[in-house]
Amino acid sequence: MFEHLWLIPLLPLAGAAINGLLGRRCSKPMIAVVACGTSGAAFVLALAAILDLCALAPDQRHVYLPFFTWIASGDFVAKVEFLLDPLSAVMLLVVTGVGFLIHIYSIGYMQAESGYYRFFSYMNLFLFSMLVLVLADNFLLLFVGWEGVGLCSYLLIGYYFERTSAADAGKKAFIVNRIGDVGFILGVLLIFATFNTLNFDEVFGQIVNGPERWAPEAGIGVLTAIALLLFVGATGKSAQVPLYVWLPDAMEGPTPVSALIHAATMVTAGVYVVVRCAPIYSRAPIALEVITAIGLITAVMAALIALVQTDIKRVLAYSTVSQLGYMFVAAGVGAFSAAIFHLMTHAFFKALLFLGAGSVIHALGGEQELTRMGGLRRYLPGTALTMLIATLAISGIFPLAGFFSKDEILWSAWAEGHRLVWLLALITAGITAFYMFRLIFLTFYGGERFPEEARHHLHESPPTMLVPLSVLGVLSAIGGLVGLPAWLGAESNQFFRFLEPSLAQSYSSKHLEFSHGTEALFAAISMVAAMIGIYVAYRIYLQRPGAAEAIADRAADLYRLLRNKFYVDEIYDLLLVRPMVRGSEEVLWKGLDAGVIDGTVNGVGQTVQASAGFLKNMQNGLVRSYAMWILTGVVFILLYVSFFKG
Amino acid sequence: MDIQYYLILSALLFVVGAAGVILRKNIIAIFLCIELMLNAVNLSFISFSRYLNQVHGQIFVFFVMVVAAAEAAVGLAITIALYRHRGSLNVDDADLMKW
Repeated sequence: MFEHLWLIPLLPLAGAAINGLLGRRCSKPMIAVVACGTSGAAFVLALAAILDLCALAPDQRHVYLPFFTWIASGDFVAKVEFLLDPLSAVMLLVVTGVGFLIHIYSIGYMQAESGYYRFFSYMNLFLFSMLVLVLADNFLLLFVGWEGVGLCSYLLIGYYFERTSAADAGKKAFIVNRIGDVGFILGVLLIFATFNTLNFDEVFGQIVNGPERWAPEAGIGVLTAIALLLFVGATGKSAQVPLYVWLPDAMEGPTPVSALIHAATMVTAGVYVVVRCAPIYSRAPIALEVITAIGLITAVMAALIALVQTDIKRVLAYSTVSQLGYMFVAAGVGAFSAAIFHLMTHAFFKALLFLGAGSVIHALGGEQELTRMGGLRRYLPGTALTMLIATLAISGIFPLAGFFSKDEILWSAWAEGHRLVWLLALITAGITAFYMFRLIFLTFYGGERFPEEARHHLHESPPTMLVPLSVLGVLSAIGGLVGLPAWLGAESNQFFRFLEPSLAQSYSSKHLEFSHGTEALFAAISMVAAMIGIYVAYRIYLQRPGAAEAIADRAADLYRLLRNKFYVDEIYDLLLVRPMVRGSEEVLWKGLDAGVIDGTVNGVGQTVQASAGFLKNMQNGLVRSYAMWILTGVVFILLYVSFFKG
Repeated sequence: MDIQYYLILSALLFVVGAAGVILRKNIIAIFLCIELMLNAVNLSFISFSRYLNQVHGQIFVFFVMVVAAAEAAVGLAITIALYRHRGSLNVDDADLMKW
């Protein structure tokens, strides 16, 4: 039934190889067919595999697909094996589905770019790595995918490598991720040291059936350490405080890359790992509190920064960071399925927002500043409509996708007793609605602020770009219905029921019981928060143009603080980057490299040269001195023979 | 008949020859000194041959004489060639084979 599962990651890999090796000689349509064909076929196979999975009984939805043993060294065995369960099925569908749509979109968007084959080869390689990540059944194989997506992210951020800013952004993303990965690999090593295996099921099985010391009441233990170390990796990959700084800079890459890697899929890998390790996290309450705190700080901070950004892609980037914070808040309060639900809906509407932004940028010939847009809905009706849907979805307006997932998170926070978390998340939801509608109003409504010559080039995007936009628009609109909550009359949340087998081993304390009426009330409150945000944005940006500047003037200090993103980059530069560079220069380069290493090498040379300079005087070309040396030698030999051997 | 007189004479001749090789600068003189050393060795060969009543020493002497003749022929040829190139018979002038 699942014998074709191995093809799902392998098809994109084959596409990457074909385009990477032969793409230079192929025509653009050929390259596009190979790239989109392989990712589309992977999507179809993934769909078939998931239908097969759904045909099984819920407790049997746990399919292993072994390939070969990768490393076998003593006790340590790492196998290349795939695991298909509801959790990886959801990820599989999101990755291949959104990935396929973005591949289609890229055909149109990248048409005029050089290095067409390079772009598609990297994109396919990314899909392969991401699929390995979500299908892996052990921590080591997951880490392979984890690093693979990091590499592809680096390659694609630096796609326009002739631009220094793009090359720097790529390096920044790579280096910041390395910091997180150190934590991740330490966590994996600690898992192996504790459980003597890296296989998910074996680790979780040992925890569930293990001794009392794994119980959450046992206090801070090795599980908390593992959970926190893995979370360090997650903060790097999923752009959380304090390692989120690379994601806004990653917008230097082409827009489809921002949509696929830096919004929909790769950055959610950290959320996926936390949810996948729910059996560990649910038994490490302190780690969960840390995750909640970090997620909340990230969500609030990124939302505040997004308020004042004027680059359309950067607004979306900070919005992504903020929404990822939401997902971690959900995981932190123990609502792992809500985190995955929001991950999925977010993949739909955020990919759509980025693709729509790409369509706008495309139409304006590369313009990304919101201050030079406005009134575009007349020229780009399709883009405007789909982006409006996505914006309503992210704001959490009923009955679009974002409403259900965001409401689940807010409700879980309240229901698990985190009242303050709920309040802050609610305010953030309002801010989110505000800055997203600010983006919409500044882009599509109001007066036209773009230069006259840009108007002549304005054009709606080609069908290859509009079709993915429409499909994602539909998904953003109705995607939330898979997780219809119980208070809306559904029997129970079907999406959560589907995920249940994957989370069965996680530890759950007693749930407080609330009536459906209470849940509905809280849903209404979150709707009201979003509506207030939208109304304020409408008042400021549409009704009273100039109001924004007036507010910025009145709160100049706050405005400057937000505008400069809380000076986080500057603080990192001062505290970390500068000392590192100076230390490398003064100590490692001038001291160690030039002094010790070069000194040793040169010293050896100089010693040999000096001693040779002394010894070479023996070979002076004078026959008589040679005769003298021979004679001296003979005399010494004779003396030796007569005194010691005689 | 005591052998030591012959051996002392041979040693003296050898030392004179060796000293000549080291101290003299004229290439012809060095040549003659080498011949002197060879013949000093020949003398001790003969002496031992007589003393031990064996013929080996005498055979060796013939070998040495043959080699010495050949060496003299080659050596003198080199000397002449050297003189043609350098216009000098001073060995210290022929010091190209060095660092």
